[in-house]
Amino acid sequence: MALLELSGVTMRFGGLVAVNDLHLTLDAGHLYGLIGPNGAGKTTVFNVITGVYTPTSGGVRFDGDEISGERTVRITRRGIARTFQNIRLFGDMTVLDNVKVAFHCRQQADLAAAVFRAPKHSSEEARVDRESRELLKIFRLEGFAGEKARNLPYGSQRRLEIARAMATSPRLLLLDEPAAGMNPHEAQELMDLIRWVRDRFGMAILLVEHNMKVVMGICETVHALDYGSTVAVGKPAEIQSNPKVIEAYLGGA
Amino acid sequence: MKGLLAAAAVVAILFAANAAFTGAWGSALAISPYVLQVICLAGINIILAVSLNLINGFTGQFSIGHAGFMAIGAYASAYVTATFGDRVRSVLSFLPGEAQNGALLLLGLTVGAVLAAIAGFIVGVPSLRLRGDYLAIVTLGFGEIIRVFILNIDAVGGARGFSGIPKLSNFFWIYLFAALTIVVVYRIVRSSFGRTLVAIREDEIAAEAMGVDTTRSKVISFVVSSAMAGIGGGLFGHYLMYLHTNSFTFIKSIEIIIMIVIGGLGSITGSVVGAVLYISLTEGLREFAQYRMVAFSLLLIVIMIVRPQGILGRREFASFLTRRRRLPTTPAAPLG
Repeated sequence: MALLELSGVTMRFGGLVAVNDLHLTLDAGHLYGLIGPNGAGKTTVFNVITGVYTPTSGGVRFDGDEISGERTVRITRRGIARTFQNIRLFGDMTVLDNVKVAFHCRQQADLAAAVFRAPKHSSEEARVDRESRELLKIFRLEGFAGEKARNLPYGSQRRLEIARAMATSPRLLLLDEPAAGMNPHEAQELMDLIRWVRDRFGMAILLVEHNMKVVMGICETVHALDYGSTVAVGKPAEIQSNPKVIEAYLGGA
Repeated sequence: MKGLLAAAAVVAILFAANAAFTGAWGSALAISPYVLQVICLAGINIILAVSLNLINGFTGQFSIGHAGFMAIGAYASAYVTATFGDRVRSVLSFLPGEAQNGALLLLGLTVGAVLAAIAGFIVGVPSLRLRGDYLAIVTLGFGEIIRVFILNIDAVGGARGFSGIPKLSNFFWIYLFAALTIVVVYRIVRSSFGRTLVAIREDEIAAEAMGVDTTRSKVISFVVSSAMAGIGGGLFGHYLMYLHTNSFTFIKSIEIIIMIVIGGLGSITGSVVGAVLYISLTEGLREFAQYRMVAFSLLLIVIMIVRPQGILGRREFASFLTRRRRLPTTPAAPLG
């Protein structure tokens, strides 16, 4: 059974159709790329999946359950995590605390346990601390653990966003232009890391990216959008040679 | 175990200080009633400032209705002790007088805190959906509604004010609850739950996307903060033995905000410093009463220019004891 299934999703803002009758199926552990020119509706698709918007029509099923219209926090707890196109870290918190916040939704100890310093709270805090540091190590951020997130270099901030999303233990990770603003070398490194993380943790990844080299390099399926409608879906090689996709990007001859 | 010992030590020190200040032991430390009153009011201001900082400084939700919750705690607890005081004392007649007073005060404060918390919940659920200026205006309105509501309850004196409140609160109780407020707020902001509050302040949309139930966190922080304001109000009423709704106008809320802004939003130490500084200045400038608010306006303007994050910013006392480690060369981060 598909992990994520969008069936006929349409999202209208007044007269503007941002996403039009989108069908998308994503299997567990799959790396799926979503491409399209600026304004094609890619980020809107993310916002529909994560509950920021309720689709005008159509349905979103995650692991067999209908999730469209649910609150973002419920959807995150079901196992969908995301990063943001314009980085949204908790700037004044330390790098370590940024990751720890995301662990909160899987924690048991409540406020009373914290106020009375119950053993349950302390042991859980120790576990969260350990696991957060492990995540930072994976994303090569352990040297920054005590630094405020806003002081990090740009590329590290992007990696921290992914690490933070991973801390919610997602089964589906949505990455919104993770390589934006990176140089080719950094982008390549990031892509290797994303693939490695997928293989290690086995979650599905839905990737929005402008960097074609990157998308074609790691995605197993590529989905091209233009003006909110699907242009083509297929393997990277098929998409690259698809005349309709080329037209969407370069304009008709 | 260590915590229990520390708590016992704090209680013993406060008890001794109380006896010494009031001259109960004929101590050389005995101070004038005026100075003692200023010290006690400073303690109540610490409770109010630290609790307001939980919602304004740590959660980043700008509330200006704190005086309203303080009023609920003050009137509810005073009503309980003034009305049922004799009955409670007759039940506890086997205890010495001081212990009876303490038990009665705790009963009153509990009722006051619970009612203030309930009011905080009722106000918080709808208004915490709003952000920034809107939340400020709504909480301001609620604070005034609470005050006018109390003004029209005849059982607590109405416009005549509420007199005949037993003198139950003193230096000991005020500073015991101030210490308790500081410890509880400190533990909350250092906990997993506290991180969600700071995350909401930093970026509410990202917090929600990272699985933080932002509404729940905000409401809990608001309710806890209101309950503490209720306790502060209860101690206030039982110290002055008289209450009038004029003590709980929005000016009082603004005063508490000035304290936490001066001290530093998001710093518990800052709230304590701000509360003490504020009352020291108000009392120190008593001779120039008409110009007091001018002085405060100037002070605020100077602080906003020289140190907009407040005296302590977001740092705590403890962070001055451990040297801050800085990364050698972190390149400037272009945010885009």
